[in-house]
Amino acid sequence: MDGTQSIRFFNRGPSPAARLAFFSALSLLLMFLDARYQYLESTRSVLSVIVSPIQRLATLPSTLVQQASEFFVVQGQLIDDNQLLQRQHQHDAAQLSQLQALQQENLRLRALLNLPKPDNFSLQTVEVVYAEPDVFKRKILVNKGTDMQIEPGQIVMDERGIVGQVTRVYPWLSEVTLITEKNHAVPVQVLRSGLRTIVFGAGDTSQLALRYIPASADIKQGDILVTSGVDGIYPANIPVARIKTIERDPTLPFAHVTSLPVAGVDQHRHLLILSTLPKRPSRPTGQPENSSHKGIRQ
Amino acid sequence: MIFFNQNRPETLYQVSNIFILTSILLALFLNSLPWEGIWLMLRPDFVALVLLYWCMHKPLRIGIGLSWLVGIFADVANASLFGQHALTYTLLAFCGLILHRRLQLFTFRQQTSQVFAVFLLTYTLFALINWQENGCITWLYFIGCLTSTLLWIPISIMFQEIQRRSVARR
Repeated sequence: MDGTQSIRFFNRGPSPAARLAFFSALSLLLMFLDARYQYLESTRSVLSVIVSPIQRLATLPSTLVQQASEFFVVQGQLIDDNQLLQRQHQHDAAQLSQLQALQQENLRLRALLNLPKPDNFSLQTVEVVYAEPDVFKRKILVNKGTDMQIEPGQIVMDERGIVGQVTRVYPWLSEVTLITEKNHAVPVQVLRSGLRTIVFGAGDTSQLALRYIPASADIKQGDILVTSGVDGIYPANIPVARIKTIERDPTLPFAHVTSLPVAGVDQHRHLLILSTLPKRPSRPTGQPENSSHKGIRQ
Repeated sequence: MIFFNQNRPETLYQVSNIFILTSILLALFLNSLPWEGIWLMLRPDFVALVLLYWCMHKPLRIGIGLSWLVGIFADVANASLFGQHALTYTLLAFCGLILHRRLQLFTFRQQTSQVFAVFLLTYTLFALINWQENGCITWLYFIGCLTSTLLWIPISIMFQEIQRRSVARR
């Protein structure tokens, strides 16, 4: 650089290096506050009101294309679809009446045995407005927020199984972390054998990983994993994943198990949000805490 | 080849605030488009490109503070850690300010290598923060660094052309 830079004819405020130091320190402070204490959620929701129009505008082209293609559906296809759905509906209605009879019977038996009643929860339909275009994240935004009493921690599912969990709520939007997000944990149970374990998101792919499964565990390819409900966040018996591969290496104490989500985690426009579960009795105090699993939220 | 030979300092061109603001908003919009899969990996960081361009060509107007503010908005839009994009864009703006005198003497092709180094630095910073947060580094993320650099010449030509036309109209 030539010497002209050191001569300052006009006062332009602090030097670039000073500004870099100041704003870097500010950013680091914000990151620290956000990561450790989650203090900045209200600031974030205020700013999101300004940013969300840009995001909605960005999804507009794909939405328009989709609506146009929906508009030009051939009538024959509509009639076929309608018939198919009606047949499906009749089939489901017949099964539902059986289910109701079973439910009544189950309630009576539970009453006889003095077991607590199973939890009831309602569903809210939401539409996906936006998927985070971030390489590192598996998150989507849906179109209901605090205005429809959505709360962080609620479970999101489609008609087949668990899709994710609400992690952040804005005035008109909520952020859903998908179960395929790196290290997102869901407590599950193998439907066939009742083996309890935890399934983790593998991050960049659509797979889910099971860790610390003993090599001798009763688990087979094709087994369905359902939520175990022991955590008090996920209701019991909702399908989560299907076992894809099991590799048992005799030199390792644990089997290497991968599974695929049952729900169409990345495919839907409409999803269902479950209402929060009733509070469980609190954990007894005075017990050692070493059995708690890291990774399950709250 | 007129664009590759000119040595006129572009700082002489008048630029309206509206043009700068529109370009930044447009970049935020392009970043928010529903990119998926391999396209997400290939996506250039338009906001970083535009900020770097303005920091190099209008260092008195767009500086570190404004880049930080844009970064905060990018953080909200991407639901990333609050301050992650802000820190990255702060570093980017600093590099832009430091290099702006040197780059004005260079042709576009020579600029590109310098710009690549700046992007590599900022992408590494972003990936490092993610590594601290999530414990993993997605190497494919660095492809975006290359595509951003490839867009440097087209974006510079486009912006200069728009500025020249608006000056000619006046």
